[in-house]
Amino acid sequence: MRERSGTPNFREVGRERNYGRQFESTSCSLETLRGSSALYSAGTMLKGMTRLISRAHKAKHGEQQEGQHYNIPHQDLKTVFPHGLPPRFVMQVKTFNEACLMVRKPALELLHYLKNTNFAHPAVRYILYGEKGTGKTLSLCHVVHFCAKQDWLILHVPDAHRWVKNCRDLLQSTYNKQRLDQPLEASTWLKNFRTSNERFLSQIKVQEKYVWNKRESTEKGSPLGDVVEQGITRVRNATDAVGIVLKELRRQSSCGIFHLLVAVDGVNALWGRTTLKREDKSPIAPEELAFIYNLRKMVKNDWNGGAIVLTLSQTGSLFKPRTAYMPQELLGEEGFNALDPFIPILVSNYNPKEFQSCIQYYLENNWLQHEKAHTEGGMKELLFLSNANPGQLERLCAYL
Amino acid sequence: MAAPCVFCGPAIASRFFLGGRVTLAQGQGIWKPAAAELQAGTRSQILRLKHLTVVKTKKNVAASRPEKYTVDFIKKQIEEFNIGKRHLANMMGEDPETFTQEDIDRAIVYLFPSGLFEKQARPSMKHPDYIFPKQSAIQWGEDGRPFHFLFYTGKQSYYSLMHEAYGKFLDAEKRQNQLQAKDLQMEKTKTKDPIVSRWLIKEELEGMLAEKLSDRDYTRFIQLVERFSTLQCGAAEEEFLRRFRRSVTIQSKKQLTERLQYDEQGRAFSTSEGKRKSAKAEVVVYEHGNGKIKVNGVDHLLYFPVTQDREQLMFPFHFLDRLGKHDVNCTVSGGGRSAQAGAIRLATARALCSFVTEDEVEWMRQAGLLTTDPRVRERKKPGQEGARRKFTWKKR
Repeated sequence: MRERSGTPNFREVGRERNYGRQFESTSCSLETLRGSSALYSAGTMLKGMTRLISRAHKAKHGEQQEGQHYNIPHQDLKTVFPHGLPPRFVMQVKTFNEACLMVRKPALELLHYLKNTNFAHPAVRYILYGEKGTGKTLSLCHVVHFCAKQDWLILHVPDAHRWVKNCRDLLQSTYNKQRLDQPLEASTWLKNFRTSNERFLSQIKVQEKYVWNKRESTEKGSPLGDVVEQGITRVRNATDAVGIVLKELRRQSSCGIFHLLVAVDGVNALWGRTTLKREDKSPIAPEELAFIYNLRKMVKNDWNGGAIVLTLSQTGSLFKPRTAYMPQELLGEEGFNALDPFIPILVSNYNPKEFQSCIQYYLENNWLQHEKAHTEGGMKELLFLSNANPGQLERLCAYL
Repeated sequence: MAAPCVFCGPAIASRFFLGGRVTLAQGQGIWKPAAAELQAGTRSQILRLKHLTVVKTKKNVAASRPEKYTVDFIKKQIEEFNIGKRHLANMMGEDPETFTQEDIDRAIVYLFPSGLFEKQARPSMKHPDYIFPKQSAIQWGEDGRPFHFLFYTGKQSYYSLMHEAYGKFLDAEKRQNQLQAKDLQMEKTKTKDPIVSRWLIKEELEGMLAEKLSDRDYTRFIQLVERFSTLQCGAAEEEFLRRFRRSVTIQSKKQLTERLQYDEQGRAFSTSEGKRKSAKAEVVVYEHGNGKIKVNGVDHLLYFPVTQDREQLMFPFHFLDRLGKHDVNCTVSGGGRSAQAGAIRLATARALCSFVTEDEVEWMRQAGLLTTDPRVRERKKPGQEGARRKFTWKKR
């Protein structure tokens, strides 16, 4: 049992490289063991009202609320998550007319680390990994919401796989002839970035002069919002605008004006293969896409003043077997070496308490209409069929 | 005579060569004088040749109705069968006295091995009672008068049975009325059969009477027999009625239940196998588990991503209300995903039999959990694209 002090500083993490290549569950936070007795009693008492709605402040999340749902108000949804939530969850939000996330152990652990980050040290990388459908993306969203409430600058890439497949038009980059641009994706991303981080865009000033073309350029000292506007209006330069934004943020986060959270979902896309082809049908490597190249630089921990939270995902990944979920399998040699060292956090299936809580949530929203859904037998059936996997349970309970 | 001679010419020539030193008769006219010479040596051959000619000139007439065999004919067949049985026993080196039908079957399979798939097309030697359909014996004498008085009803055995049964029924009723009049009514002790019995079904009755029946006939018979059985009747009538009852054996007694084995920790477990299409599964079910299932070393959620397959796995446990109580470890190979799921389901049901009471085993059998699914892939036929699909029909 490894002792985890409050501050996971860089050198400690470096020393702990002896975790080997295969990861078992490392989420062994001592706090949960301490609070477990209180947890269970609180949990069983509050079983009837599992929706502890802590609308006040999400920072009050403690271990007492593990297994219970908390509500995200609609305003926050629009600003913080213009593009971050998984599509099935968005449908559920629309149906229930509210967004409720379950508080779970991996997210709690991450929040604990983030609360105690030392901004003088280089950014620590946290990787959420686990089987398919266990809740990695939603844990990431939980963390993003928390940081947004804490007034961090959120750099959220919802699904990196969307950048390496099904891209319609690829332009040769103006900045660097070898690389390729993706104007559409870049412009959508810039729009969402602008929605989520409005207030920072006027505060941060650009530290270099950027010339777009013969007629347009951005002067040194102008707000970052200008760059973003330029990227959105002139779609041809959108990818370059993204690159500039990333570079500026990386440079200026160490100054201390803001804290930067880099949240990338499906980070194994950055080091995998793409399905994109050039006009002469030759395949494109991820490095040749400008966005991926810049994002890789972002995910390197050579800057400080924030944190990097990443998720591995097999669902959208290309050329990876369905049963792969370990970091080494999904990232490959190259990716693993690039991301090494990092803190792995395993996200597993529901434990019995969380499962009960989820079913209670559905029942309270009158979502499960079968007569047997209330009974013990019905719950056992659902448990068997879904094997306590959150994704599977959601699909089982979904509409036809 | 000329035409037959011409026909026989070449055949006779071949026989002559076989015979040896006989001068070849030139032309047709020499047939008659030569016949006297030939008669001694080749009588049987000539007879055979005559038979040939007769057959050749007669036209083929299709059989108009099923052949009726005389009783003597069938008796002769039975004698021939018995003699043949003794010969066969001698051939095989076994004792002719104790040569049973099973021994005959084994001997035939040994002497005439056949690769045919259809079992009924293979060579077999059975008692004539099995071969010749019953009651094909001719039922009228030489003067044309039928033996049975109800022959002209068409279904003589059925009507004679009904007549007999109704006669007995009336007798029994009369006796009962007499007893009632004398107030000497005996309590009808209804002895419940330890083994449940049922009336004959229509096919069995048809076999017994060797006649075709209609549904109405059968219903009338059953109604009569039911009414008869409600009456008080003596031993003779009971015997008469018992001919028409068959016992219903409880199927589940035939189910082999695996014995429980115990591993090192003292935990009970049981193993069994199951098959479906071409998938084979071997399953070990442990007691006191918490509902985890491992297939080929992988969790069942990962191995069967489709909900339908997991529902198949859940069926035996859900049926017996033992959802979270057992741990399962299984290996499966062959087939597709649905076939593998079905094979595992059968194997778990069989394994669970040893943890469960006999009644529940019977319920499982009735639910169809313990039956191997006999459906296999149908063979593709020539001239068709698949098993059933024909080639696209083109008008021209």
